[in-house]
Amino acid sequence: MTALVTGRPRFGRGPLTMVWRPRLVAANVVLAAVVLVLFCLNVGRGDYPISVGGVLEVLAGGGTDVEYFIVWDLRMPRSLVGVIVGLGLGISGAITQSITRNPLASPDILGITAGASAGAVVVIIFGAPTLLGVTLGVPAAALLGGLLTAAAIYVLAWRRGVEGFRLILIGIAVNSILGALTTWMLVVGEIWDVQKATVWLNGSLHGREWSHVWPAAIAVGVVGVVALASSFPLSALRLGEDTARALGVRVQLSQAVLLIASVLLAAMCVTAAGPIGFVAFVAPQLTVRLVGTAGPPMLASGLMGAALVVGSDYVARVILPIELPVGIVTTAIGGPFLMYLIIRTNRRLAR
Amino acid sequence: MTVHQITAAGLRLAYGDRVVVDDLTTTIPAGQVTTIIGPNGCGKSTFLRAIARLLKPKAGEVLLDGKAITSMRTRDVARVLGMLPQSPTAPEGLTVADLVAKGRHPHQSWLRQWSRDDEAEVDVALRLTGMQALAGRPVDELSGGQRQRAWISMALAQETDVLLLDEPTTYLDLAHQVEVLDLVDKLHADLGRTIVMVLHDLNLAARYSDHLIVMRDGKVVTSGPPADVIDAELLRDVFGLESQVLVDPVSHQPLIIPVGTRRAADPEGDVPAGADGRVRLEKASAR
Repeated sequence: MTALVTGRPRFGRGPLTMVWRPRLVAANVVLAAVVLVLFCLNVGRGDYPISVGGVLEVLAGGGTDVEYFIVWDLRMPRSLVGVIVGLGLGISGAITQSITRNPLASPDILGITAGASAGAVVVIIFGAPTLLGVTLGVPAAALLGGLLTAAAIYVLAWRRGVEGFRLILIGIAVNSILGALTTWMLVVGEIWDVQKATVWLNGSLHGREWSHVWPAAIAVGVVGVVALASSFPLSALRLGEDTARALGVRVQLSQAVLLIASVLLAAMCVTAAGPIGFVAFVAPQLTVRLVGTAGPPMLASGLMGAALVVGSDYVARVILPIELPVGIVTTAIGGPFLMYLIIRTNRRLAR
Repeated sequence: MTVHQITAAGLRLAYGDRVVVDDLTTTIPAGQVTTIIGPNGCGKSTFLRAIARLLKPKAGEVLLDGKAITSMRTRDVARVLGMLPQSPTAPEGLTVADLVAKGRHPHQSWLRQWSRDDEAEVDVALRLTGMQALAGRPVDELSGGQRQRAWISMALAQETDVLLLDEPTTYLDLAHQVEVLDLVDKLHADLGRTIVMVLHDLNLAARYSDHLIVMRDGKVVTSGPPADVIDAELLRDVFGLESQVLVDPVSHQPLIIPVGTRRAADPEGDVPAGADGRVRLEKASAR
């Protein structure tokens, strides 16, 4: 394909026109394939091992009745929740990082995940409160916690628009406060509840069933599609608020829709699997480096997130001597990556 | 390209409670280069932001062809007015071509992200600004002058009749300032764009403008062609600067020679050109 403008060959089919970016398309295809393989590996692993090919065969409708039962009824929900949560976290991080133009601005660093966790821990430790005649379960409490935290950060950081750096500083402070609150609850709680809360707080895919899959799939599906549909102004928003407005973007509206979608995605993922640390932060940044674009592309970031979560779950179950919650593995990857990014940002600013 | 008329009527602009511009009324002549000048903090950039609809007036209106700009759709405004904010920053790794293509945003939609028109306009914008050879390079790796040309190229691809530039020469050395202003003048002369900009350098403002708007304390002091507006008295009133205003031998526009309190040659003594400063420097280093 020849390009009139360097690096921007045109792709057109009827009313649809876009820039043909082979690297981005290839990255999406490869990431999707990696997610599928990791998914099959993870499903195949257990007391009755099934090969990747075997899992694929069962998925396609083949295999024995026993294999069908093991794959569909016993093991699939765990890995499927992993894929859904990874997709949601990746997309959520890509949105916040693009809007604030800062790689550090992801739901886990801004404290939104911590807010959702605190909400859930309140219910686990103190029992479910009843609001307006409705009993608040752990999922609803996590969702509410995430949304309230996001609203608080937004109000505190608001000064004639959302400025990235201010948002991050306030987010980090809110994150610490919520962390302290959660720790306090773990100290005062009954030991049995505390143990339950601790496992949940590490982010675990253990014991997920189809009843976990459906709400997460529907929620992430709907909000994810809304986010992708409103992604068009995102590339203009990356140039800063003034430039975006001058380019005809309704900045406040676009930012609000995208940020709410991002917060909902992050909170819903916490609801489904606990706070799986650093995925929302790392996935978009790895994707940027893989694809070579200026900002994190949404779909590829989601696929990267899915690969990270399912891959980490596999590592947590297979390679390590004892089975650990997936969140410990993702945090072990994310922590050093955060340090690397901060050091690199400092060097760039020092130049 | 149609000609659009911009008028400010009784404009009052404020950040919170701090009023920066009050009761400002003026007209931007269509198809000309207009420069807003004035001392620091006089509200010139604020006024430009209001024209670009980046700031909502507390009172009064900016009128585009007689219609209040705040009542128009953001997208429609973006097809008539292009704005280059002061020292904009591009995300790390964004190429020049991708930046310039963003200028097409008001003409695009989710489905129609890179049409033949977009492609052609971006190509033209890159050629006009001489950025074609650098189209594949990341913006953050360019020199200051090249970067500014890339941003102007983006505003150009937006295909707007009016181009608003907030201090397009900030942080550039003199040669690159002249290069950028030559480009701006070319856009006006060859493409008939209306240009409104804020500049700090009065001599460059006098040379490159058809129309000057002089502001002080949030009000327009005077406006008109540079030769009619700029004289020693105005510079004393508005900027508190003693000066001599000569005729620029290159452009025949006013040329301002500032007179400070020091380093002025003795008007009585006959000093060979250039010698005075050098002698004093030698004395200083001998001490």
